[in-house]
Amino acid sequence: MMQLQPVERQTGWRLFWNTIWARAYPRLIGTFRERSWFFFEALLPVLSTVSYIYVYQAINAPEDYIGFVVIGGSMAAFWLNVLWSMGSQLYWDKDDGNLQLFVLSPAPLMAILLGMAIGGVIMTLSRALVIFVVCSLLFQVEYQTGSLWLLVIVFVVTMAALYGMGMMFSSVFLAAGREVWHFANLLQEPIYLVSGFMFPVKALGFWVASAASLIPLTLGLDAMRQLLFTSDPTIGFLPVGVEILILCVLAVFFIAGAAWMLAKLEEIGRRDGRLIERRR
Amino acid sequence: MYQTMMNLPLVRRANWLRTFLNAAWLGWQIESNWADPFLFAVYSIARPIASVLILVVMYSVITNGATDQPIFAYIYLGNALYILVGQVVSGVSWTVISDREQYRTVRQLYTTPLDGYFYLMGRGVARLLVGIISLVITVGFGVLAFQLPISLQTVDWLLFTVTMVLGIISLAALGHVMGSITMMTARQIGSVGDAVAGALYLFSGAIFPLDLLPSVLRPIGLIFPATYWLELARRALLGPGYVGFETFAGFSNSHLLLILLVATLLLLVASIYTYRWAFNRARETGFFDMETNF
Repeated sequence: MMQLQPVERQTGWRLFWNTIWARAYPRLIGTFRERSWFFFEALLPVLSTVSYIYVYQAINAPEDYIGFVVIGGSMAAFWLNVLWSMGSQLYWDKDDGNLQLFVLSPAPLMAILLGMAIGGVIMTLSRALVIFVVCSLLFQVEYQTGSLWLLVIVFVVTMAALYGMGMMFSSVFLAAGREVWHFANLLQEPIYLVSGFMFPVKALGFWVASAASLIPLTLGLDAMRQLLFTSDPTIGFLPVGVEILILCVLAVFFIAGAAWMLAKLEEIGRRDGRLIERRR
Repeated sequence: MYQTMMNLPLVRRANWLRTFLNAAWLGWQIESNWADPFLFAVYSIARPIASVLILVVMYSVITNGATDQPIFAYIYLGNALYILVGQVVSGVSWTVISDREQYRTVRQLYTTPLDGYFYLMGRGVARLLVGIISLVITVGFGVLAFQLPISLQTVDWLLFTVTMVLGIISLAALGHVMGSITMMTARQIGSVGDAVAGALYLFSGAIFPLDLLPSVLRPIGLIFPATYWLELARRALLGPGYVGFETFAGFSNSHLLLILLVATLLLLVASIYTYRWAFNRARETGFFDMETNF
Protein backbone atom coordinates (compact mmCIF):
# COMPACT_ATOMS: atom_id res chain seq x y z
CA MET A 1 0.00 0.00 0.00
CA MET A 2 1.32 3.45 -0.94
CA GLN A 3 2.50 5.55 1.98
CA LEU A 4 1.73 9.26 1.85
CA GLN A 5 4.80 11.36 2.54
CA PRO A 6 4.27 14.09 5.12
CA VAL A 7 4.44 17.58 3.60
CA GLU A 8 6.88 19.92 5.27
CA ARG A 9 5.05 22.89 6.74
CA GLN A 10 6.06 26.15 5.06
CA THR A 11 5.69 29.61 6.51
CA GLY A 12 6.83 33.18 5.85
CA TRP A 13 9.06 33.84 2.86
CA ARG A 14 9.56 30.15 2.17
CA LEU A 15 5.79 29.73 1.79
CA PHE A 16 5.71 32.81 -0.45
CA TRP A 17 8.58 31.50 -2.59
CA ASN A 18 7.15 27.98 -2.94
CA THR A 19 3.69 29.34 -3.76
CA ILE A 20 5.18 31.35 -6.62
CA TRP A 21 6.72 28.27 -8.19
CA ALA A 22 3.71 26.10 -7.46
CA ARG A 23 1.49 28.51 -9.41
CA ALA A 24 4.07 28.99 -12.16
CA TYR A 25 4.46 25.22 -12.59
CA PRO A 26 1.28 24.49 -14.62
CA ARG A 27 2.16 27.28 -17.01
CA LEU A 28 5.73 26.10 -17.46
CA ILE A 29 4.64 22.51 -18.00
CA GLY A 30 1.72 23.60 -20.18
CA THR A 31 4.08 25.45 -22.51
CA PHE A 32 4.62 22.38 -24.66
CA ARG A 33 2.21 19.79 -23.27
CA GLU A 34 -0.87 20.91 -25.22
CA ARG A 35 0.45 21.33 -28.73
CA SER A 36 -2.74 22.84 -30.09
CA TRP A 37 -2.16 25.82 -27.76
CA PHE A 38 1.13 26.40 -29.50
CA PHE A 39 -0.67 26.51 -32.83
CA PHE A 40 -3.22 29.07 -31.63
CA GLU A 41 -0.76 31.23 -29.73
CA ALA A 42 2.24 31.20 -32.07
CA LEU A 43 1.24 30.31 -35.62
CA LEU A 44 -1.99 32.33 -35.79
CA PRO A 45 -0.23 35.58 -34.79
CA VAL A 46 2.33 34.83 -37.50
CA LEU A 47 -0.49 35.00 -40.07
CA SER A 48 -1.76 38.39 -38.89
CA THR A 49 1.78 39.76 -38.53
CA VAL A 50 2.56 38.69 -42.10
CA SER A 51 -0.64 40.42 -43.29
CA TYR A 52 0.54 43.71 -41.79
CA ILE A 53 3.97 43.23 -43.39
CA TYR A 54 2.29 42.86 -46.79
CA VAL A 55 0.42 46.12 -46.19
CA TYR A 56 3.77 47.90 -45.77
CA GLN A 57 5.07 46.14 -48.89
CA ALA A 58 1.96 47.21 -50.82
CA ILE A 59 2.72 50.85 -50.09
CA ASN A 60 6.51 50.52 -50.63
CA ALA A 61 7.51 51.25 -47.04
CA PRO A 62 11.23 51.28 -46.09
CA GLU A 63 12.61 47.87 -45.05
CA ASP A 64 12.86 48.87 -41.36
CA TYR A 65 9.07 49.08 -41.13
CA ILE A 66 8.82 45.35 -41.81
CA GLY A 67 11.05 44.86 -38.79
CA PHE A 68 8.85 47.20 -36.75
CA VAL A 69 5.86 44.96 -37.48
CA VAL A 70 7.82 41.81 -36.60
CA ILE A 71 8.77 43.29 -33.21
CA GLY A 72 5.20 44.54 -32.63
CA GLY A 73 3.66 41.22 -33.68
CA SER A 74 5.99 39.32 -31.33
CA MET A 75 5.34 41.60 -28.38
CA ALA A 76 1.58 41.43 -28.99
CA ALA A 77 1.76 37.86 -27.65
CA PHE A 78 2.69 39.31 -24.25
CA TRP A 79 -0.18 41.78 -24.29
CA LEU A 80 -2.66 39.01 -25.10
CA ASN A 81 -1.19 36.89 -22.31
CA VAL A 82 -1.51 39.76 -19.84
CA LEU A 83 -5.15 40.34 -20.80
CA TRP A 84 -6.38 36.78 -21.01
CA SER A 85 -4.08 34.84 -18.68
CA MET A 86 -3.26 37.47 -16.05
CA GLY A 87 -6.07 40.01 -15.95
CA SER A 88 -8.87 37.51 -16.52
CA GLN A 89 -7.28 34.61 -14.66
CA LEU A 90 -8.72 35.17 -11.17
CA TYR A 91 -12.17 35.48 -12.76
CA TRP A 92 -11.70 32.14 -14.59
CA ASP A 93 -10.40 30.67 -11.32
CA LYS A 94 -13.52 31.88 -9.55
CA ASP A 95 -15.70 30.41 -12.29
CA ASP A 96 -13.94 27.05 -12.10
CA GLY A 97 -13.99 26.93 -8.29
CA ASN A 98 -10.21 27.31 -7.83
CA LEU A 99 -10.32 30.78 -6.29
CA GLN A 100 -12.04 29.55 -3.15
CA LEU A 101 -9.24 26.97 -2.73
CA PHE A 102 -6.62 29.72 -3.15
CA VAL A 103 -8.37 31.94 -0.61
CA LEU A 104 -8.81 29.15 1.94
CA SER A 105 -5.24 27.87 1.67
CA PRO A 106 -2.46 29.57 3.66
CA ALA A 107 -0.78 30.57 0.34
CA PRO A 108 -0.54 34.36 -0.09
CA LEU A 109 -2.62 35.61 -3.04
CA MET A 110 0.18 37.96 -4.06
CA ALA A 111 2.52 34.99 -4.46
CA ILE A 112 -0.11 33.29 -6.61
CA LEU A 113 -0.26 36.35 -8.85
CA LEU A 114 3.55 36.47 -9.08
CA GLY A 115 3.62 32.80 -9.99
CA MET A 116 1.05 33.41 -12.71
CA ALA A 117 3.21 36.24 -14.03
CA ILE A 118 6.49 34.29 -14.05
CA GLY A 119 4.86 31.27 -15.67
CA GLY A 120 3.11 33.56 -18.16
CA VAL A 121 6.30 35.38 -19.17
CA ILE A 122 8.19 32.14 -19.79
CA MET A 123 5.29 30.49 -21.63
CA THR A 124 4.66 33.53 -23.82
CA LEU A 125 8.37 34.00 -24.52
CA SER A 126 8.35 30.70 -26.40
CA ARG A 127 5.41 31.92 -28.51
CA ALA A 128 6.93 35.36 -29.13
CA LEU A 129 10.24 33.80 -30.18
CA VAL A 130 8.48 31.66 -32.78
CA ILE A 131 6.69 34.70 -34.23
CA PHE A 132 9.94 36.69 -34.19
CA VAL A 133 12.13 33.99 -35.79
CA VAL A 134 9.60 32.85 -38.41
CA CYS A 135 8.72 36.37 -39.58
CA SER A 136 12.34 37.56 -39.50
CA LEU A 137 13.46 34.60 -41.62
CA LEU A 138 10.53 34.85 -44.05
CA PHE A 139 11.17 38.51 -44.75
CA GLN A 140 14.95 38.55 -44.11
CA VAL A 141 14.77 41.35 -41.58
CA GLU A 142 18.16 42.78 -40.62
CA TYR A 143 18.69 43.91 -37.02
CA GLN A 144 21.36 46.08 -35.47
CA THR A 145 22.76 44.06 -32.55
CA GLY A 146 25.23 46.57 -31.10
CA SER A 147 23.61 47.03 -27.68
CA LEU A 148 22.48 43.53 -26.75
CA TRP A 149 22.72 44.11 -23.00
CA LEU A 150 20.71 47.28 -23.23
CA LEU A 151 18.12 45.35 -25.23
CA VAL A 152 17.95 42.68 -22.52
CA ILE A 153 17.51 45.37 -19.85
CA VAL A 154 14.70 47.00 -21.85
CA PHE A 155 12.97 43.64 -22.26
CA VAL A 156 13.27 42.74 -18.57
CA VAL A 157 11.96 46.07 -17.24
CA THR A 158 9.18 46.06 -19.83
CA MET A 159 8.09 42.60 -18.69
CA ALA A 160 8.27 43.63 -15.01
CA ALA A 161 6.08 46.67 -15.64
CA LEU A 162 3.72 44.86 -18.02
CA TYR A 163 3.10 41.88 -15.77
CA GLY A 164 2.82 44.19 -12.78
CA MET A 165 0.02 45.86 -14.71
CA GLY A 166 -1.44 42.41 -15.42
CA MET A 167 -1.40 41.60 -11.70
CA MET A 168 -3.27 44.83 -11.04
CA PHE A 169 -5.75 44.02 -13.82
CA SER A 170 -6.56 40.69 -12.21
CA SER A 171 -8.08 42.42 -9.16
CA VAL A 172 -9.93 44.96 -11.32
CA PHE A 173 -11.23 42.30 -13.70
CA LEU A 174 -12.31 40.07 -10.83
CA ALA A 175 -14.34 42.95 -9.42
CA ALA A 176 -15.86 43.51 -12.88
CA GLY A 177 -17.44 40.05 -12.81
CA ARG A 178 -18.77 38.53 -16.02
CA GLU A 179 -18.06 41.70 -18.00
CA VAL A 180 -14.40 40.69 -17.88
CA TRP A 181 -14.63 39.00 -21.27
CA HIS A 182 -15.71 42.24 -22.91
CA PHE A 183 -13.16 44.35 -21.02
CA ALA A 184 -10.36 42.13 -22.24
CA ASN A 185 -11.74 42.24 -25.78
CA LEU A 186 -12.02 46.00 -25.63
CA LEU A 187 -8.39 46.35 -24.60
CA GLN A 188 -7.01 44.58 -27.66
CA GLU A 189 -7.18 46.63 -30.88
CA PRO A 190 -7.40 50.06 -29.17
CA ILE A 191 -4.19 49.28 -27.28
CA TYR A 192 -2.51 47.93 -30.44
CA LEU A 193 -3.34 51.32 -31.93
CA VAL A 194 -2.25 53.72 -29.19
CA SER A 195 0.84 51.73 -28.20
CA GLY A 196 2.15 51.65 -31.76
CA PHE A 197 2.40 47.90 -32.18
CA MET A 198 2.63 48.22 -35.96
CA PHE A 199 4.25 51.65 -36.37
CA PRO A 200 6.50 53.99 -34.35
CA VAL A 201 4.35 55.50 -31.58
CA LYS A 202 5.84 58.91 -32.34
CA ALA A 203 3.53 59.03 -35.38
CA LEU A 204 0.57 59.57 -33.01
CA GLY A 205 1.94 62.86 -31.73
CA PHE A 206 3.42 63.83 -28.37
CA TRP A 207 0.27 63.88 -26.24
CA VAL A 208 -1.22 60.60 -27.43
CA ALA A 209 2.18 58.89 -27.17
CA SER A 210 2.66 60.34 -23.66
CA ALA A 211 -0.73 59.08 -22.50
CA ALA A 212 -0.09 55.70 -24.10
CA SER A 213 3.21 55.47 -22.20
CA LEU A 214 1.23 54.35 -19.17
CA ILE A 215 1.03 51.01 -20.96
CA PRO A 216 4.53 49.59 -20.55
CA LEU A 217 4.64 48.04 -24.01
CA THR A 218 4.49 51.50 -25.61
CA LEU A 219 7.89 52.56 -24.28
CA GLY A 220 9.28 49.03 -24.36
CA LEU A 221 8.49 48.67 -28.06
CA ASP A 222 9.82 52.14 -28.83
CA ALA A 223 13.10 51.45 -27.03
CA MET A 224 13.54 48.06 -28.70
CA ARG A 225 12.98 49.57 -32.13
CA GLN A 226 15.51 52.30 -31.44
CA LEU A 227 18.08 49.69 -30.41
CA LEU A 228 17.39 47.24 -33.24
CA PHE A 229 16.99 49.70 -36.13
CA THR A 230 19.38 52.58 -36.37
CA SER A 231 18.89 53.68 -39.98
CA ASP A 232 16.50 56.46 -38.90
CA PRO A 233 17.55 58.01 -35.55
CA THR A 234 14.40 60.17 -35.50
CA ILE A 235 11.88 57.32 -35.05
CA GLY A 236 12.19 57.21 -31.25
CA PHE A 237 9.65 58.93 -29.02
CA LEU A 238 12.03 59.46 -26.05
CA PRO A 239 15.72 58.59 -25.53
CA VAL A 240 16.20 54.92 -24.58
CA GLY A 241 17.68 55.82 -21.16
CA VAL A 242 14.62 57.89 -20.25
CA GLU A 243 12.30 55.12 -21.42
CA ILE A 244 14.12 52.57 -19.21
CA LEU A 245 13.81 54.90 -16.24
CA ILE A 246 10.07 55.41 -16.80
CA LEU A 247 9.58 51.66 -17.22
CA CYS A 248 11.32 51.05 -13.86
CA VAL A 249 9.00 53.55 -12.18
CA LEU A 250 5.97 51.91 -13.86
CA ALA A 251 7.11 48.46 -12.69
CA VAL A 252 7.31 49.59 -9.05
CA PHE A 253 4.01 51.46 -9.33
CA PHE A 254 2.08 48.58 -10.88
CA ILE A 255 3.42 45.86 -8.57
CA ALA A 256 2.75 48.00 -5.47
CA GLY A 257 -0.67 48.90 -6.89
CA ALA A 258 -1.43 45.23 -7.51
CA ALA A 259 -0.59 44.36 -3.88
CA TRP A 260 -2.78 47.18 -2.57
CA MET A 261 -5.72 46.40 -4.85
CA LEU A 262 -5.57 42.71 -4.10
CA ALA A 263 -5.67 43.38 -0.36
CA LYS A 264 -8.56 45.80 -0.84
CA LEU A 265 -10.48 43.40 -3.07
CA GLU A 266 -10.00 40.56 -0.59
CA GLU A 267 -11.16 42.76 2.30
CA ILE A 268 -14.28 43.99 0.49
CA GLY A 269 -14.99 40.61 -1.04
CA ARG A 270 -14.80 38.79 2.31
CA ARG A 271 -16.92 41.45 4.02
CA ASP A 272 -19.67 41.44 1.37
CA GLY A 273 -19.45 37.72 0.73
CA ARG A 274 -18.82 38.22 -2.99
CA LEU A 275 -15.22 37.10 -3.36
CA ILE A 276 -16.05 33.60 -4.54
CA GLU A 277 -19.66 34.14 -5.57
CA ARG A 278 -20.03 32.64 -9.04
CA ARG A 279 -23.31 34.27 -10.11
CA ARG A 280 -21.70 37.51 -11.23
CA MET B 1 -42.56 41.54 -30.49
CA TYR B 2 -40.61 38.38 -29.75
CA GLN B 3 -43.75 36.65 -28.45
CA THR B 4 -45.81 37.80 -31.44
CA MET B 5 -43.21 36.38 -33.80
CA MET B 6 -43.15 33.07 -31.95
CA ASN B 7 -46.95 32.82 -32.25
CA LEU B 8 -46.99 33.17 -36.03
CA PRO B 9 -48.48 30.00 -37.57
CA LEU B 10 -45.44 29.40 -39.76
CA VAL B 11 -43.09 29.67 -36.79
CA ARG B 12 -45.26 27.44 -34.61
CA ARG B 13 -45.33 24.75 -37.28
CA ALA B 14 -41.67 24.74 -38.33
CA ASN B 15 -39.29 23.46 -35.67
CA TRP B 16 -36.21 24.59 -37.60
CA LEU B 17 -37.54 28.16 -37.87
CA ARG B 18 -38.56 28.30 -34.22
CA THR B 19 -35.13 27.02 -33.21
CA PHE B 20 -33.40 29.51 -35.48
CA LEU B 21 -35.35 32.51 -34.13
CA ASN B 22 -34.98 31.46 -30.51
CA ALA B 23 -31.25 30.92 -30.96
CA ALA B 24 -30.86 34.31 -32.66
CA TRP B 25 -32.74 35.97 -29.78
CA LEU B 26 -30.68 34.09 -27.18
CA GLY B 27 -27.45 35.01 -28.97
CA TRP B 28 -28.42 38.67 -29.05
CA GLN B 29 -29.21 38.60 -25.32
CA ILE B 30 -25.82 37.06 -24.59
CA GLU B 31 -23.97 39.51 -26.85
CA SER B 32 -25.72 42.65 -25.67
CA ASN B 33 -27.24 42.36 -22.21
CA TRP B 34 -24.01 42.39 -20.21
CA ALA B 35 -23.88 46.18 -20.14
CA ASP B 36 -26.02 49.25 -20.57
CA PRO B 37 -26.71 50.20 -24.21
CA PHE B 38 -24.24 53.11 -24.17
CA LEU B 39 -21.35 50.94 -22.99
CA PHE B 40 -22.32 48.27 -25.50
CA ALA B 41 -22.32 50.85 -28.30
CA VAL B 42 -18.86 52.10 -27.28
CA TYR B 43 -17.63 48.53 -27.21
CA SER B 44 -19.10 47.79 -30.65
CA ILE B 45 -17.56 50.92 -32.14
CA ALA B 46 -14.16 51.14 -30.43
CA ARG B 47 -12.74 47.82 -31.59
CA PRO B 48 -13.46 48.08 -35.33
CA ILE B 49 -12.52 51.75 -35.48
CA ALA B 50 -9.25 51.09 -33.64
CA SER B 51 -8.55 48.16 -35.91
CA VAL B 52 -8.97 50.23 -39.06
CA LEU B 53 -7.08 53.20 -37.58
CA ILE B 54 -4.01 50.99 -37.14
CA LEU B 55 -3.97 50.56 -40.92
CA VAL B 56 -4.73 54.23 -41.51
CA VAL B 57 -1.77 55.31 -39.36
CA MET B 58 0.51 52.72 -41.00
CA TYR B 59 -0.55 54.02 -44.40
CA SER B 60 -0.28 57.68 -43.46
CA VAL B 61 3.20 57.33 -41.93
CA ILE B 62 4.55 56.02 -45.22
CA THR B 63 2.52 58.01 -47.75
CA ASN B 64 2.27 61.25 -45.81
CA GLY B 65 -1.51 60.94 -45.62
CA ALA B 66 -2.26 60.35 -49.31
CA THR B 67 -5.66 58.82 -48.60
CA ASP B 68 -6.94 59.69 -52.06
CA GLN B 69 -4.91 56.86 -53.63
CA PRO B 70 -6.93 53.77 -54.77
CA ILE B 71 -4.87 51.44 -52.57
CA PHE B 72 -6.12 53.27 -49.46
CA ALA B 73 -9.77 52.59 -50.27
CA TYR B 74 -8.82 48.98 -51.07
CA ILE B 75 -7.14 48.47 -47.67
CA TYR B 76 -9.78 50.37 -45.69
CA LEU B 77 -12.80 48.62 -47.18
CA GLY B 78 -11.15 45.21 -47.01
CA ASN B 79 -10.51 45.64 -43.30
CA ALA B 80 -14.04 46.96 -42.69
CA LEU B 81 -15.67 44.06 -44.54
CA TYR B 82 -13.41 41.59 -42.79
CA ILE B 83 -15.21 42.42 -39.53
CA LEU B 84 -18.01 40.13 -40.74
CA VAL B 85 -15.56 37.30 -41.42
CA GLY B 86 -14.21 37.46 -37.88
CA GLN B 87 -17.65 37.68 -36.30
CA VAL B 88 -19.42 34.99 -38.29
CA VAL B 89 -16.68 32.43 -38.97
CA SER B 90 -15.35 32.32 -35.42
CA GLY B 91 -18.75 33.12 -33.84
CA VAL B 92 -20.26 29.68 -34.37
CA SER B 93 -17.19 27.93 -32.96
CA TRP B 94 -17.30 30.12 -29.88
CA THR B 95 -20.99 29.25 -29.46
CA VAL B 96 -20.05 25.58 -29.21
CA ILE B 97 -17.26 26.33 -26.73
CA SER B 98 -19.27 28.72 -24.57
CA ASP B 99 -22.31 26.40 -24.37
CA ARG B 100 -20.06 23.51 -23.41
CA GLU B 101 -17.41 25.14 -21.22
CA GLN B 102 -18.55 28.59 -20.10
CA TYR B 103 -22.30 28.34 -19.53
CA ARG B 104 -22.34 24.53 -19.37
CA THR B 105 -25.80 24.40 -20.89
CA VAL B 106 -25.13 22.01 -23.74
CA ARG B 107 -26.83 19.03 -22.02
CA GLN B 108 -29.96 21.00 -21.20
CA LEU B 109 -30.10 22.45 -24.72
CA TYR B 110 -29.81 19.21 -26.58
CA THR B 111 -32.38 17.39 -24.44
CA THR B 112 -34.98 19.82 -25.84
CA PRO B 113 -36.45 19.19 -29.31
CA LEU B 114 -34.29 21.86 -30.96
CA ASP B 115 -32.82 21.52 -34.44
CA GLY B 116 -29.06 21.60 -33.75
CA TYR B 117 -28.06 22.82 -37.21
CA PHE B 118 -30.37 25.83 -37.10
CA TYR B 119 -29.58 26.47 -33.45
CA LEU B 120 -25.94 27.12 -34.35
CA MET B 121 -26.99 29.20 -37.37
CA GLY B 122 -29.24 31.32 -35.15
CA ARG B 123 -26.51 31.93 -32.60
CA GLY B 124 -24.28 33.07 -35.45
CA VAL B 125 -26.91 35.65 -36.48
CA ALA B 126 -26.40 37.62 -33.26
CA ARG B 127 -22.70 37.95 -34.01
CA LEU B 128 -23.59 38.89 -37.56
CA LEU B 129 -25.81 41.73 -36.31
CA VAL B 130 -23.00 43.12 -34.15
CA GLY B 131 -20.69 42.78 -37.14
CA ILE B 132 -23.06 44.61 -39.49
CA ILE B 133 -23.39 47.51 -37.02
CA SER B 134 -19.60 47.72 -36.77
CA LEU B 135 -19.22 47.51 -40.57
CA VAL B 136 -21.68 50.34 -41.20
CA ILE B 137 -20.02 52.54 -38.58
CA THR B 138 -16.52 51.81 -39.89
CA VAL B 139 -17.44 52.55 -43.52
CA GLY B 140 -19.34 55.69 -42.48
CA PHE B 141 -16.33 56.82 -40.46
CA GLY B 142 -14.11 56.26 -43.50
CA VAL B 143 -16.35 58.33 -45.75
CA LEU B 144 -16.54 61.20 -43.25
CA ALA B 145 -12.99 61.22 -41.92
CA PHE B 146 -10.95 60.06 -44.92
CA GLN B 147 -13.22 60.90 -47.87
CA LEU B 148 -13.49 57.32 -49.09
CA PRO B 149 -14.83 57.59 -52.65
CA ILE B 150 -18.20 56.00 -51.88
CA SER B 151 -21.29 57.83 -53.03
CA LEU B 152 -24.89 56.65 -52.88
CA GLN B 153 -25.24 57.51 -56.59
CA THR B 154 -22.26 55.46 -57.79
CA VAL B 155 -22.67 52.36 -55.63
CA ASP B 156 -23.83 49.38 -57.70
CA TRP B 157 -26.68 48.49 -55.33
CA LEU B 158 -27.85 45.38 -57.13
CA LEU B 159 -24.36 43.90 -57.23
CA PHE B 160 -23.78 44.95 -53.63
CA THR B 161 -27.00 43.34 -52.36
CA VAL B 162 -26.49 40.05 -54.19
CA THR B 163 -22.81 39.96 -53.15
CA MET B 164 -23.59 40.63 -49.50
CA VAL B 165 -26.35 37.99 -49.36
CA LEU B 166 -24.14 35.34 -50.95
CA GLY B 167 -21.11 36.44 -48.95
CA ILE B 168 -22.91 36.26 -45.61
CA ILE B 169 -24.43 32.86 -46.43
CA SER B 170 -21.00 31.54 -47.40
CA LEU B 171 -19.43 32.91 -44.21
CA ALA B 172 -22.23 31.40 -42.13
CA ALA B 173 -21.74 28.03 -43.82
CA LEU B 174 -17.98 28.19 -43.28
CA GLY B 175 -18.56 29.19 -39.66
CA HIS B 176 -20.92 26.25 -39.29
CA VAL B 177 -18.31 23.82 -40.62
CA MET B 178 -15.82 25.23 -38.10
CA GLY B 179 -18.41 24.96 -35.32
CA SER B 180 -19.02 21.32 -36.22
CA ILE B 181 -15.28 20.60 -36.07
CA THR B 182 -15.14 22.37 -32.71
CA MET B 183 -17.74 19.90 -31.38
CA MET B 184 -15.15 17.16 -31.82
CA THR B 185 -12.31 18.96 -30.05
CA ALA B 186 -11.65 19.67 -26.39
CA ARG B 187 -9.13 21.61 -24.31
CA GLN B 188 -8.88 24.35 -26.91
CA ILE B 189 -8.13 27.81 -25.63
CA GLY B 190 -8.57 29.23 -29.09
CA SER B 191 -11.11 28.05 -31.59
CA VAL B 192 -10.86 26.42 -34.99
CA GLY B 193 -12.99 29.29 -36.28
CA ASP B 194 -10.40 31.80 -35.09
CA ALA B 195 -7.73 29.85 -36.92
CA VAL B 196 -9.62 29.94 -40.22
CA ALA B 197 -10.61 33.59 -39.76
CA GLY B 198 -6.94 34.42 -39.09
CA ALA B 199 -5.86 32.53 -42.19
CA LEU B 200 -8.47 34.33 -44.29
CA TYR B 201 -7.08 37.69 -43.14
CA LEU B 202 -3.87 36.76 -44.91
CA PHE B 203 -4.95 34.57 -47.81
CA SER B 204 -8.09 36.42 -48.94
CA GLY B 205 -6.14 39.62 -49.53
CA ALA B 206 -8.38 41.50 -47.13
CA ILE B 207 -5.89 44.30 -46.48
CA PHE B 208 -3.42 44.00 -49.35
CA PRO B 209 -3.65 42.97 -53.01
CA LEU B 210 -3.32 39.20 -53.48
CA ASP B 211 -0.66 39.85 -56.13
CA LEU B 212 1.82 40.42 -53.29
CA LEU B 213 1.51 36.87 -51.99
CA PRO B 214 4.07 34.43 -53.38
CA SER B 215 2.57 32.59 -56.36
CA VAL B 216 2.59 29.27 -54.48
CA LEU B 217 0.38 30.70 -51.72
CA ARG B 218 -2.05 32.62 -53.92
CA PRO B 219 -4.25 29.59 -54.80
CA ILE B 220 -5.04 29.09 -51.09
CA GLY B 221 -6.99 32.33 -51.08
CA LEU B 222 -8.79 31.40 -54.29
CA ILE B 223 -10.35 28.35 -52.58
CA PHE B 224 -12.39 30.50 -50.19
CA PRO B 225 -15.58 32.33 -51.26
CA ALA B 226 -14.59 35.19 -48.94
CA THR B 227 -11.87 36.22 -51.40
CA TYR B 228 -14.40 36.69 -54.23
CA TRP B 229 -16.90 38.30 -51.88
CA LEU B 230 -14.36 40.92 -50.76
CA GLU B 231 -13.40 41.72 -54.37
CA LEU B 232 -17.04 42.01 -55.49
CA ALA B 233 -18.08 44.10 -52.48
CA ARG B 234 -15.22 46.54 -53.14
CA ARG B 235 -16.20 46.78 -56.82
CA ALA B 236 -19.85 47.40 -55.92
CA LEU B 237 -19.12 50.04 -53.27
CA LEU B 238 -16.47 51.97 -55.19
CA GLY B 239 -18.37 51.77 -58.50
CA PRO B 240 -16.64 53.00 -61.64
CA GLY B 241 -13.78 54.50 -59.60
CA TYR B 242 -12.55 51.09 -58.47
CA VAL B 243 -8.97 50.30 -59.43
CA GLY B 244 -8.37 46.55 -59.34
CA PHE B 245 -5.17 44.58 -59.11
CA GLU B 246 -3.63 41.88 -61.26
CA THR B 247 -5.13 38.73 -59.72
CA PHE B 248 -8.74 39.56 -60.59
CA ALA B 249 -8.10 41.87 -63.53
CA GLY B 250 -9.32 39.27 -66.03
CA PHE B 251 -12.54 38.49 -64.12
CA SER B 252 -15.78 40.31 -64.86
CA ASN B 253 -18.37 40.88 -62.13
CA SER B 254 -20.58 38.10 -63.48
CA HIS B 255 -17.63 35.66 -63.51
CA LEU B 256 -16.88 36.46 -59.90
CA LEU B 257 -20.55 36.22 -58.93
CA LEU B 258 -20.85 32.80 -60.53
CA ILE B 259 -17.79 31.55 -58.64
CA LEU B 260 -19.16 32.99 -55.40
CA LEU B 261 -22.57 31.38 -55.98
CA VAL B 262 -21.15 27.92 -56.72
CA ALA B 263 -18.70 28.10 -53.79
CA THR B 264 -21.49 29.20 -51.45
CA LEU B 265 -23.77 26.32 -52.49
CA LEU B 266 -20.94 23.82 -52.07
CA LEU B 267 -20.13 25.18 -48.61
CA LEU B 268 -23.79 25.03 -47.57
CA VAL B 269 -24.06 21.38 -48.54
CA ALA B 270 -20.72 20.69 -46.83
CA SER B 271 -21.93 22.39 -43.65
CA ILE B 272 -25.04 20.19 -43.45
CA TYR B 273 -23.10 16.95 -43.88
CA THR B 274 -20.24 18.06 -41.62
CA TYR B 275 -22.71 18.93 -38.88
CA ARG B 276 -24.46 15.54 -39.02
CA TRP B 277 -21.17 13.68 -39.00
CA ALA B 278 -19.60 15.82 -36.25
CA PHE B 279 -22.72 15.69 -34.07
CA ASN B 280 -22.72 11.88 -34.05
CA ARG B 281 -18.95 11.61 -33.72
CA ALA B 282 -18.80 14.06 -30.80
CA ARG B 283 -21.47 12.09 -28.95
CA GLU B 284 -19.62 8.82 -29.57
CA THR B 285 -16.32 10.18 -28.28
CA GLY B 286 -17.86 12.09 -25.37
CA PHE B 287 -16.45 15.43 -26.55
CA PHE B 288 -19.94 16.78 -27.12
CA ASP B 289 -20.52 17.74 -23.47
CA MET B 290 -16.99 17.41 -22.10
CA GLU B 291 -16.07 20.14 -19.62
CA THR B 292 -12.32 20.61 -19.50
CA ASN B 293 -12.20 24.00 -17.76
CA PHE B 294 -10.20 25.52 -20.62
